[in-house]
Order: sequence, then structure tokens, then C-alpha cells
Amino acid sequence: MDQSLSSQFVNLLAALLLLLAFAMLAQRRVLTLIKLFAWQGAALTASTLIMAYATGQGHLYYSATLTLLLKVILIPWILHRLIDQLQIRWDIETLINIPVTMLVGIGLAIFAFALATPISEMAGSLTRATLGIAMASVLLSFLMMIVRRKAVPQVIGFLAMENSLFFAATSATYGMPLVVELGVALDVLVGTFIFGIFFFHIRDEFESLDIRHMEKLKED
Amino acid sequence: MIDAPAIAFQILQSVFVVLAAPLLLGWANQCRAWLQNRSAPSILLPYYTLAKLFHKDAVIAHNASAVFRVTPYVMFGCMWLAAGIVPVLATDLPFAPAADIIALVGVFALARVFSALAAMDIGTAFGGLGARREMLIGFLAEPAMLMVLFTAAFISGSTQLNTIVETLGHREFAIDPSLAFAAVAFLMVLLAENARIPIDNPTTHLELTMIHEAMILEYSARHLALIEWAVAIKLFAYMTIGIALFVPWGIAEAGNWGALPLAFAALAAKLAFAGAGLALLETLLAKLRLFLAPEFLSTAFLLGVLGILTHFLARG
Amino acid sequence: MEIALVLGFPLLGGLLLALFGHKRWAPELNALMSLTTLVAAAALTRRVITGGPMTALDEQFFVDPFNVFLVALTAFVGFTTALFSRPYMRIEEHHGRLNAARLRLYHSMYQLFSFTMQLCLLSNNIGILWVSLEGATLATVLLVSLYRTPASLEAAWKYFILCSVGIAQALFGIILLYFAAEKVIGPGGTSLLWTHLYAVRDQLEPTVLSLAFVFLLVGFGTKVGLVPLHNWLPDAHAEGPTPVSAVLSGLLLNVALYAVVRSKVLVDGALGRNFSGGLMMGFGLLSVVVAAFFLSRQKDIKRMFAYSSIEHMGIVTFAFGMGGPVAAFAGLLHMTVHSLTKSAIFFTVGHATQKTGTQNMADIRGLIEQSPAIGWGLALGSLAILGMPPFGVFTSEFLVLTTAMHEHPWATPFLLVALGVAFAAILGKVQPMVFGETNLRRLPHAPALVPVFVHLAIVLMLGVYIPPYLVEWYRQAAAFIG
Repeated sequence: MDQSLSSQFVNLLAALLLLLAFAMLAQRRVLTLIKLFAWQGAALTASTLIMAYATGQGHLYYSATLTLLLKVILIPWILHRLIDQLQIRWDIETLINIPVTMLVGIGLAIFAFALATPISEMAGSLTRATLGIAMASVLLSFLMMIVRRKAVPQVIGFLAMENSLFFAATSATYGMPLVVELGVALDVLVGTFIFGIFFFHIRDEFESLDIRHMEKLKED
Repeated sequence: MIDAPAIAFQILQSVFVVLAAPLLLGWANQCRAWLQNRSAPSILLPYYTLAKLFHKDAVIAHNASAVFRVTPYVMFGCMWLAAGIVPVLATDLPFAPAADIIALVGVFALARVFSALAAMDIGTAFGGLGARREMLIGFLAEPAMLMVLFTAAFISGSTQLNTIVETLGHREFAIDPSLAFAAVAFLMVLLAENARIPIDNPTTHLELTMIHEAMILEYSARHLALIEWAVAIKLFAYMTIGIALFVPWGIAEAGNWGALPLAFAALAAKLAFAGAGLALLETLLAKLRLFLAPEFLSTAFLLGVLGILTHFLARG
Repeated sequence: MEIALVLGFPLLGGLLLALFGHKRWAPELNALMSLTTLVAAAALTRRVITGGPMTALDEQFFVDPFNVFLVALTAFVGFTTALFSRPYMRIEEHHGRLNAARLRLYHSMYQLFSFTMQLCLLSNNIGILWVSLEGATLATVLLVSLYRTPASLEAAWKYFILCSVGIAQALFGIILLYFAAEKVIGPGGTSLLWTHLYAVRDQLEPTVLSLAFVFLLVGFGTKVGLVPLHNWLPDAHAEGPTPVSAVLSGLLLNVALYAVVRSKVLVDGALGRNFSGGLMMGFGLLSVVVAAFFLSRQKDIKRMFAYSSIEHMGIVTFAFGMGGPVAAFAGLLHMTVHSLTKSAIFFTVGHATQKTGTQNMADIRGLIEQSPAIGWGLALGSLAILGMPPFGVFTSEFLVLTTAMHEHPWATPFLLVALGVAFAAILGKVQPMVFGETNLRRLPHAPALVPVFVHLAIVLMLGVYIPPYLVEWYRQAAAFIG
């Protein structure tokens, strides 16, 4: 696989990542959100593998395996079990309606692209366009966390943001040192566990996972 | 410059499209029947329907104006013009400079405006309902369509469909993420504009859920036949626009008789695939509630804009 | 060797208390582990002071005067807080707000929290710094929600979401930093080592670095509690158990600010001091002013002191933003005295709220009558935090103000007004709490007030006389900061 073909594949996977971020923004059902998150992890793994093959950096293979295990298999499984035990299906409302959210998302994507252009000129030629896409995905996941009313989509937005950051790392810098990636992965895993424990506490106390129950502490 | 083979090509293409459009519709219906485990109607059924309609006597309301009478012809004419412009079989047709992609969108818009006016002409409730819904869909779908076309235009550097097809068809194989976005957006717009599921159900008989069908409730006989034919040609035209933008290999140049069989074969294969794909989508998806249609179309618009942005990002 | 001990003891403590944290002697074990950490930290400090900066374990750890002073401070306050938490948590259990299982969680998380903070301070690898700071957040989330009331769940949720999002921004900043470093140093683990980055800091690409610093400041600044990213802070401090509030206020904010300052030093090499300095001064000033005004409207005592923490962190950020030896010295001194004073205040507040059963300031009255130690502790602590001479806070605030007047006179009115507003507010609210008619109940265990007075004594001493070795220590650290 020569340089330009693998570069195109990576670009395509980056575009897929962005598409999935938008799709998550527009989704109403929590189960589909988890599936989309798993697909994002798969796209991430694929792009890391392609980069490992194209640049010959061995540690990216480990990185890709770690991503596969954690973000495609383990975390979606944990989330599925959580959903089953908490019996959540739908997220009925968002703070602003979906077409407006999409438009705000487009604005953020443009902003991220504009921000990334001067930097990506210095990037390795393999992955020039992907830094802007990674930043856009980060901002979109952030938007998703803000506009959601229920707790689980907020958490999935947070995990999607970690995905995009990881993609930014692999695209801009051919991957962070392995020890850092292990640490980040550990944090993400522990964080998911704690979120899970948290959901149960919240559900026990409030009988629902609607965030509006948790807006009572305000300035008086 | 008047070029006899080119004109022959042009006439051939226009006639071919008009004749082949109902066949595409019949093929899509067959595929859908197979997928739904029913026995399929004949693939020529749309032709029989058209023939039947042409035999009948037209019945028109007393208060119908000239707009009502003229609209079927306008619609058919617009679609025929569109079919002549889009490089279905060959590029560089003499008619092609008549309209670039923006004008093409305008031609479709003209047909839509006339049909909406005709729907409101008689003054029935369903006509007005259908007209308003159709304009809502069109209002949202048109920008999306334009964005998709602009993506292709940016990549090939021109808004002439000919140039686009030549550039995209003859460059080396490249996976372009902007075209990927544009393709998904185009698919969504195709479904919306042609009144297919998930926006509108073409086989429904429930007037309150109709969008396109509600506009043509008043038509009968030859008028209805022309409108149905125009709808079939519109679907055909949209599919061939999609083919020209995203899978343009195999389209001949005008005047090149040798490449014609290949062009036919390629087109037949692509359209067969497209028809089956359409049937699959219609079987898998459910019709969206009307208030969700703007979401669907804003997603399409978004993807179109993303396609343009990604193109600029990837380029530099 | 000392580094291994400083890290190993809390980790060991965490494991032990995960097993035995529900036993009756668990609080003593907690205090013991913190004491051993303190001893190890003292040994490390002595070594660095005499021997100069050192790296260890294949350059993964780096100790210089700047972070070793924070290591010592963290270990010290960790120890005194563990001492305070002994009777405090026993009283809480007695009152029925906690059970043995939750105490087990509390004790093990406390030690793990200590571990992550020390790891953050000692690590030379910026990536590991990030990982441990996120780890510190994770360790404390379940602690903030320990009481399982609706308010505490909300506070913990906000804390978790806001801090995690913030720190994800910091991760992006680190990625950008790594990206710039890779161009100069080359790929691989060494590009994230602070010592290496420091050596080449003027060769790093300015555009990338400016963007990286913004992300790092926003990200780590969320954990420092800079306005407008501070929303989690008042809730988390108010709803968690008091020892947790004390360590959050006294220690975690410092560690996060440490991360900001390390990043600042790198960025200054490429961009000069003005860019990062301007941003930090802006955020710092905003924090001071906004916090002072919010402070005056609070009814809950812990929220009020939480806003006070935001205000003081704003002052320190402002000081580091100004730069220069005097301002950096003042910033370091302020970090120290604020830690000590704020944790002392939280100790007294904790016992005061236990005596009255409420955190509402209107309901706490007459502390000095029934429990003179608590009353005086709160009174002196408040005076100290407000910057009254001869306490140490006055010294550092004075230095900050004079430097500001010299170099950035436009900022001085804001600072003075904010400090004045905070002064009036806190004094006005504390005075009726300490004096007045009492309505308190007796505590089942004797309160731990020795830590309070030890802290206040140190702060007093620092106000009056800073030992020369401490001055030298601060000067060296300030020189590193630039």
C-alpha cells in the first residue's frame, strides 16, 4: 500500500469519524448511541492499524489492539449492561431541537477546521487533513454533552470526546508514547466504572436519570 | 457547431430516457415485492398503467384555470429537458450547455412550483395540504442538493455537468471523503425529492399522510399519465445525476458510436443496482412523521456542507 | 529511593485500607500511612535542597525545588487532615450519616488520592502528569457523593463531568505540545519529558504552542477553579465530607496550578512572557473579582469558603501571570499559606457544623461559648485568610499588590475592591457565628483541633519571619518559574 492510498484511507476513516459524531448528535435512542460509539471505536482502530502499517511504528499496533479491546468491546459491553439494569431506552428531549443542534454543529466544525489549518500544514503528510476533523469531532462530542438531558448520553458524549482526542493524537503525532496511552486507557476505564456506579446512586436517589433533577444547587 | 453524430446521440438519449423511465420504476417495484416476499407484478406494469390512462377521458373541475391544464405538460417538459441535459449515456451533448447544475436544480424547482400551484388551483383541502408540504420539503431539500452539487463542482472546477463527469471519471482512483459525505447527502435528497420512503410513501392511499400524491389527486387520464411519467423520469434523472457524480465510469463521449454499447451496459447495470438499492431502503426504513422530515433534510444539508468543508480541508 | 517511598506509601495505604477500612482502627491506620508519606517527603525534600534537582527512574521522575516544596506541603496537609478526619469521621458515623462500608471507601480513596497527587507532582512525563490528575479527580468523585444525598450526588456529578471535560481539553493541549516537541526532539517517549522540553523550549513552534497553552490553561484551569470554569467547585466543597473539602481546597487546587505553571514555563520559552502572562492575569483577576462578589451572597458556610478558595487561587494565578522573581515568590508563599489556612478553617468549620447539625450560617451561633477552641480557631483562621497582619497571607498579598502597582497599575483597583468585599463579607458572617448566643450540642468524640492550631501557628510564623532556608527554597523555585 503506497503512501497516498493509505493517506486516503485514513482521510476516509476520519470523515467517517466525523459523520458518526454528527450521527450521535442527531440520535434519540440510547442503544443506537452505544452502537455508533462502538463503530467510532472500530473506525479508530482501523485508522491506527493503517497508520501502523504505513509508518512502520510498532507501538501503534499495541495502541490499535488496546483501542479495539477497550472501546469496541469492553466499554460498549459495560454500557449495554448498565442500560439493561437501569432499563433506559429513550432520551425524549434535548435542550435545543435537533436541526438547530445540527446547525450549531456545522458552525463548530467550521471553527475547528479554521483553527486547525495553520497547524496541519506542519503535520506529517500522511494525515494532514485529519487534525481539523479530530478537533471538530471533539467539539461535536462536547456539544452533545451539553444539549442532552439524560445522564447516559452525556457520558457517551464524554467517551466519544476521548475517542476524538485519541484520533487527534494518532493523526497529528503518529501516536503518543505507549505508557501515556496505557494511562489514558486506564483512566477511561476507571472513569466508566465510576460513572456506572454513579448511575445507580443517582437512580436510587432520584428514581430517574434525568439531569433536571440535578439542577437544584444554584446560586441564591 | 452542428455535429450530426452529437445530435443523433442527443435524440437517442432523450428518447431512451423517456422510454426507459417507467421500466426503472417497474424494476424497483419488483425488487420491493421480492424483498417483501410477495409475488411481483410484471416489470412492464407502469407502461400498461400509462397506456390505460391515455385511453381514458379527462375530467377537469369547473373552476380549474389554465395553470391546472398546463401543469402536466410543463412538468413533463421540464423532466424531459433535465433528462436531455444529464449525461446519461454520453457527455458533450449539444443540449448540455443549456443548463449547468444550478440551472438543473432550477428546472426541477420550476416543475415543483407548477405542481404546487396546480394543486392549490382547484381549492380542495388536500390540494393545499399537499402543496404546502411539498414546498416545505423542497425548501429544505434544495439547499442540500446544491451543496452536494457544489462539492462535485469544487472538485472538478466547473458547474457544467459535462466537465464534472469527465473530471471525476478520468482521474485516478481516489477515495475522497468529501464525495463520501456528498454521496450520503445526495441519497437522502433523492429520497426526499422523489417522494420515497422515508419522507413520503408512494403507494399510500391515506390522504392525510400524502405529500406528493395529494397534489395530483385531481388529475385524470392523459394529464395524470403525463404527471406519472414525469415522476418516473424525475427519479431516473436523479439516479443518473447520482451516477454521473459518484460512479461516472463507462459514460461515452458524444459521437463515439463504439463506446455506446459499453455505455448502455454500464448504465443498465448501475441502474439495476440502484433500483434494487432503492427497494431495499424502502423496505428497511419506515416513513418518518412529518415533523421529523425537516430533521432528515437538515442532516442532508449538513452532510453536504461537511462535504465541501472536508474538500477544502483535505486540499490544503 | 525517596521517590519510591513517597509514592509507595500512599499506594500501600490505599490497598490496606481497601481491605481494612471498615475496622475501628482504620482512621488511625490512615493517619499512620499519611505520616509515613510525610517522613518520606521530608527525606526527599532534604535531599533535593542539599543536592539540587534530580531525575530518577530513567528520567520519568523529576524533582526540583518547585515541586518538592509542593510535595512536602501535600504530604504535611495530607497528614494533618488525616489526623483531623479521625474524630470527624467517627462523629459522622455516630450521627448516622455514614456506615462502615462507606468509611472503607473513604479511607482507601483518601490514600489513593494522595498517591495520585504525589505522582502528578513528581512525574517528569507530562502525559503521566495528566493521567494522575485525572486519577485524582476520579478518586475524589465518589468521596464528594459519600453522603448520598441529592445535593451531594448533584455536586459529584457536576464535579465529574466538568472536570473530566476540562481535563480532556488539557489532553488536547498536551497532544499539541507533543506535536510541537516531536518536530524538535523526535518521536518517542522523550518528547513528553519536561526536562527535555525545557531544554528546547525556545525552538518549539510558536503557533502550536500558543494554541496548546490555551487548551492547557482552560483544561487545568478548570481544576484550579478559575472563573468561568469554576462551577463545580462550590458544590463539591460544600457537599462532600469536610476532610475532602480540606484536601480539595488545600491540595488539589495547588497541584492543578502546578501543572499550569509548568506549561507556562515551557510556553514562555517560545512566545515570551506576555502571552501566557496576559492570559493568566486575566483569568486570575476575573476569578478574584467574581469570587469576591459571589462570596458575599452565600448562606452556606462551606460554599462561602469555597468561593474564598477560588478567590485566592485567582490571586496566585495573577501573581504567576505577572511573573518576575518577586511575584513568583509571592505566588509560592501564597500557595503555602493558603493551603494551611484554608484547611485549618475547614477543620474548624467541620466541627462547627457537626455541633450545630447544619451548614447554614444563619443557624450557627456562639461557638466560642461552648467550645472555645473551635470558636477561636474559626476566628483566627478567618482573620488569617482575609489577609490580616501578622499572618502569612498578608505578606503574600502585600507582595502581590505592590508588584501589581509597579508593573500593572490597572489591575490594582480590581484587586483591592475584591479583597475588600471579601473581607467585609467573611468578617461580617463569621463574627456572629463565633460570638453570640449558643445553640450547640456536645460532640460525642473530642474534636481534633491540634491540626488547626499547628497550621495557624505556621502561617503566623510565615507572616512574621520566614526562615532563610525557606526563602532560599522559594527563590530557587521562583527562578525556575521565571
